[in-house]
Amino acid sequence: MRSPRLWLGAIGAAVSILVLGFHSQAQSPTYGVGRTPTAEEIQAWDISISPITGDELPMGKGTADQGSELFLSKGCAGCHGTDGQGMIAPRLVKRDIATPDDPWQWGRVLPIRAPYAPVVWDYINRGMPLGQEGTLTADEVYSLTAFLLYLNDVIEDDQFELNQDSLPQIQMPNRDNWAELPEWLPGQPRLQGYPY
Amino acid sequence: MSSKKTDRREFLKQGAALASAAALGATARSASGQLPGPEAQLPGTDELVAYGKRSRFVDSKRIPHGGRHSPDQFGLDFHIATPLQDSYGVITPSSLHYVGTTRGSFVPDIDPDKHHLMIHGMVDNPLVFTMDELKRLPSVTRLHFIECAGNRANSRHVTVQETHGMTSCAEWTGVLLSTLLEEAGVQEGGDWIIAEGVEEVKGTSSIPMTKAMADCIVCYGMNGEDVRPQQGYPLRLMVPGGEGILNVKWLRRIKVVDQFYMTYNDYGHLRQDPADAALALQIGPKSVITFPSGGQQLPGAGFYEVRGLAWSGQGRVARVEVSTDGGESWFDADIRGEAHPMAHTAFSFNWTWDGEPCELQSRCIDDIGQIQPSRQQAIEFWESEGGRRRVKGQDNSIQPWRVDADGSVHNAIA
Repeated sequence: MRSPRLWLGAIGAAVSILVLGFHSQAQSPTYGVGRTPTAEEIQAWDISISPITGDELPMGKGTADQGSELFLSKGCAGCHGTDGQGMIAPRLVKRDIATPDDPWQWGRVLPIRAPYAPVVWDYINRGMPLGQEGTLTADEVYSLTAFLLYLNDVIEDDQFELNQDSLPQIQMPNRDNWAELPEWLPGQPRLQGYPY
Repeated sequence: MSSKKTDRREFLKQGAALASAAALGATARSASGQLPGPEAQLPGTDELVAYGKRSRFVDSKRIPHGGRHSPDQFGLDFHIATPLQDSYGVITPSSLHYVGTTRGSFVPDIDPDKHHLMIHGMVDNPLVFTMDELKRLPSVTRLHFIECAGNRANSRHVTVQETHGMTSCAEWTGVLLSTLLEEAGVQEGGDWIIAEGVEEVKGTSSIPMTKAMADCIVCYGMNGEDVRPQQGYPLRLMVPGGEGILNVKWLRRIKVVDQFYMTYNDYGHLRQDPADAALALQIGPKSVITFPSGGQQLPGAGFYEVRGLAWSGQGRVARVEVSTDGGESWFDADIRGEAHPMAHTAFSFNWTWDGEPCELQSRCIDDIGQIQPSRQQAIEFWESEGGRRRVKGQDNSIQPWRVDADGSVHNAIA
């Protein structure tokens, strides 16, 4: 993965850090622009959640029982339907059809398609509710995630506590049932063996 | 208009202009007498001096994509298609560039003096840049198209704006992402980046490091001026040849990570079938005839320059072929100007229509030999592999236009 050029860059960076010492105004090694963000800045900006390990998940907790109330009080039901059956916003509960072995046939439902539970948490935390994004607390996002997983039979106990440790442990139905994206190199066909 | 119809007041108003034209020795008169002058003149207002605008006789405009209302039921403008039927050359004017936003997005009104880009994660040297700092770094200026994964023609579409209007091409200026990543020092195992915007959903796309280091650009310039707000002002990521949603707007953060993060914008790339996933990531070889195209009317038999656009997410357009008999026989079209990598490329074909009903098609062949398929070819390929009858991934199949005996032009997708 790492090119010799990158190694040189890394060595350069290391040398710069040694010369400049660690301080908040450090600049980029080659061009001397930009500055080093503080740890607090990075933490404030970094809302990404590692899908498998959930590394960056904040402390918090919630249950499906609590989530079911938030689903109404936060207005989720107004767009997704009282039972998550979908209205003007997408469906959130799997379809009851005769394909028990293939979760991909259960509908385009995020809490089923997501191979890892932190992906569901990230989506709610980032994108919901429409028009009031970023207003949910960590506890509320854990509760709503628990409720969606409960609606889709991924967790069976509506009192089960979802938190930063238990969420990555959830076994999603598509855990090993999704397609890796190809390595994307210039000059390569978009799919080997496909002439078009 | 005849000069006799010009009344006295208009004549006086034009007097100064005519006098200056005469002073410059302009050929306002022919040897045999006076040429008809313009009907009216545009006033030199402060506004037009400061920032020009197009003629009031030009009404080319964008439309909501896919027959959706815009704004939609949530009061949001969602996807807006560019009028390809009116385009000349390869650059889409910034005001007519297609717009696609992630679900729920509005267009942020960002003060560039307060905007920053942070690069962090698996790097030795996390960095924050102001806009002014980014503009000090070595830059590139390149032509690139952006195309939405939803740019999929169907039989209900009438015009080329409806069938193909979710692609556009502009000249983009900015810093290579590789420059910024090298400054930050990517650590071992940093095989992906995630790029995030500031809009309300913090739309984020995962991009393989191989692509990020190859040719992605952190852009502040578009067609010679600042990137427009609908395109991500003050900063947008350009991922040449990639599906539209990868080109993150209002870019504020790039995190180097060890894996595909499956985040908000990535939902469409989360697929069961590896072919679907791959074919939705990189745009295939594609082309479309923009003249004559659906909804247009030819006045009668005779000469026409058939014109169109071709592009490939992999590299340069090597060749474009045109058929006037529904794909039975193919002829080389002329490439107009230079074919740039991952850019719209204009083509033309000299055609004399005999007045008989016919079907026009074009197909693109790129510089590694990928060839644009007919809908039937793409479907048959997947059917022979045991799949369902559909075009997988982003649809790059040939667009057929039927010309009827009366000169009317129609979408010929069955």
